[in-house]
Amino acid sequence: MDLRELYQDIILDHARSPRNFGALSEPSHLAHGHNPLCGDKLTVFMKIDDDHITKVSFEGRGCAISTASASLMTQILTGKSVAQADAVFAAFHARVTTGAAVEVASDLEDATERLEPLTGVRTYPARVKCATLAWHTVDAAVKGGVLGTTIKTE
Amino acid sequence: MNWSEPRGNTYDPRELRRAFPIFAHNPGLVFLDTAASAQKPSVVIDGVADYYRSDYANVHRGVYGLSARSTDRFERARRTVRKFLNAADDSEIVFVRGATEAINLVAQCWGAAFLRPGDQVMISEMEHHSNIVPWQFLRDRIGIELVVAPMDATGGLDMSAFAQLLNERTRLVAITHVANVTGHVVPVHEVVRLAHAQGAKVLLDGCQALPRIPVDVSDLDCDFYVFSGHKLYGPTGIGGLYGKRAILDTMPPWQGGGDMIETVTFEKSTFQPPPQRFEAGTPDISGAIGLDLAIGFIESVGRDTIYDHEKALTRYATERLAAVAGVRVIGAGAQSIGVVSFTVDGVHPHDLATVLDTHNVAVRAGHHCAQPLMDRLGLAATTRASFGVYSDESDVDALIAAVHAARHIFGGV
Repeated sequence: MDLRELYQDIILDHARSPRNFGALSEPSHLAHGHNPLCGDKLTVFMKIDDDHITKVSFEGRGCAISTASASLMTQILTGKSVAQADAVFAAFHARVTTGAAVEVASDLEDATERLEPLTGVRTYPARVKCATLAWHTVDAAVKGGVLGTTIKTE
Repeated sequence: MNWSEPRGNTYDPRELRRAFPIFAHNPGLVFLDTAASAQKPSVVIDGVADYYRSDYANVHRGVYGLSARSTDRFERARRTVRKFLNAADDSEIVFVRGATEAINLVAQCWGAAFLRPGDQVMISEMEHHSNIVPWQFLRDRIGIELVVAPMDATGGLDMSAFAQLLNERTRLVAITHVANVTGHVVPVHEVVRLAHAQGAKVLLDGCQALPRIPVDVSDLDCDFYVFSGHKLYGPTGIGGLYGKRAILDTMPPWQGGGDMIETVTFEKSTFQPPPQRFEAGTPDISGAIGLDLAIGFIESVGRDTIYDHEKALTRYATERLAAVAGVRVIGAGAQSIGVVSFTVDGVHPHDLATVLDTHNVAVRAGHHCAQPLMDRLGLAATTRASFGVYSDESDVDALIAAVHAARHIFGGV
């Protein structure tokens, strides 16, 4: 596979200039993610009002794939409901692990389309965890609340 | 000691590569991860299969000829390791699964038997997790103190700090011979001399040293020396613990089972002398035979030849990498052998490893099982290239070309 399919311009752009990078002052939900394999660490900050995600940000350090994935994720999840976030993650997870295209509700098609550049990782099995770390961390934040839980990719 | 192998006038790594089938099966492979595990020569692969075909039976049991022959080959392997390390006696060589098991054995048998609360075990900042965690277990179990000798600015052992930390409570110094992240060669003669002057015993982790440096445990006077066979061009699952016989004699058994006992009744068992005392159950016979063959292979290439080759190649790689804009070589010093760790500005080690992989260049990216060292260096991860007898400058050149390609993709992010 051509490396350009993995490192598309959109990925490199988000890796160089991650969006929504930095802590939220008063998050309602927060979690730490850690990939022990490569040492990547990130923290996800969220504001959730009445099951509605109003703000998402992250900070930490990681490879281009994990940084771009986190950055894109913050943009996509802002304004979504928790249930919609779950659905987007489920579809994305299936896409990068099995290659399967999962049907999503029509109002989420735009979200899965925007994640399509990241799905090049599926041909690099060692890198799938890089693409999903931020999403697993959001999942932990939503479930773990403001206390802050650390999730690991393995 | 006798390291007077014929010098490698005819040694050609590219030619030697033909002895390693992995390269024929993976055309174009640039294998720069020998520090994680070495590839295997045909003499080891075929020799293990031949042993199973022609000489296999369990050891130390049967009175029949085949078992005697198998036992003879197993014990011959022990003698080969003894000679390779220049230990005084075959009984000082205990076969284990690898260096990790050897260190756990020393911690649990020697440490638990002879250390008391407040006694100190000194390790260093350069250690692999396998020379950290067993001592933490022991600390948590019996209350010893774990003391960590720092690195100096070059990433080598800070010898003056080491000397200062030694004291009458130091009972054991457990330290690597060659650091697996930086390739630094620890001045082990000096370490042993200083430790012994304080009455402390010394365990040396020879995982990265033994494949590259002629090692003579009698000359070193270390108390324990541990290594893994798979890093020595031998099979996985076999390794060695050298221990001075006088010390092994005092140590209680490791695991209980067959082969390590003299007599067993339901009331009481008595145990074999070393090394059998520490080798319960059917051992990794074929692994030991493979290790014997691997050591024979190393001797046939010549240990001085390998040392000179790895020094020269490490120097070449360090110079080539350091000349690439944005590349930082981690802790490179004149003392390094076999291993070069580096970072590339704006390119995460995992992204780099992926790009290198598409160029058929196999390297290790990550923390190299040395997280405390990485924390100390302020790095989450590095990329590590490491060398073996089959590596040559063309491998380094391929690495450099791939690093340039990665820098091109990421455009100095």
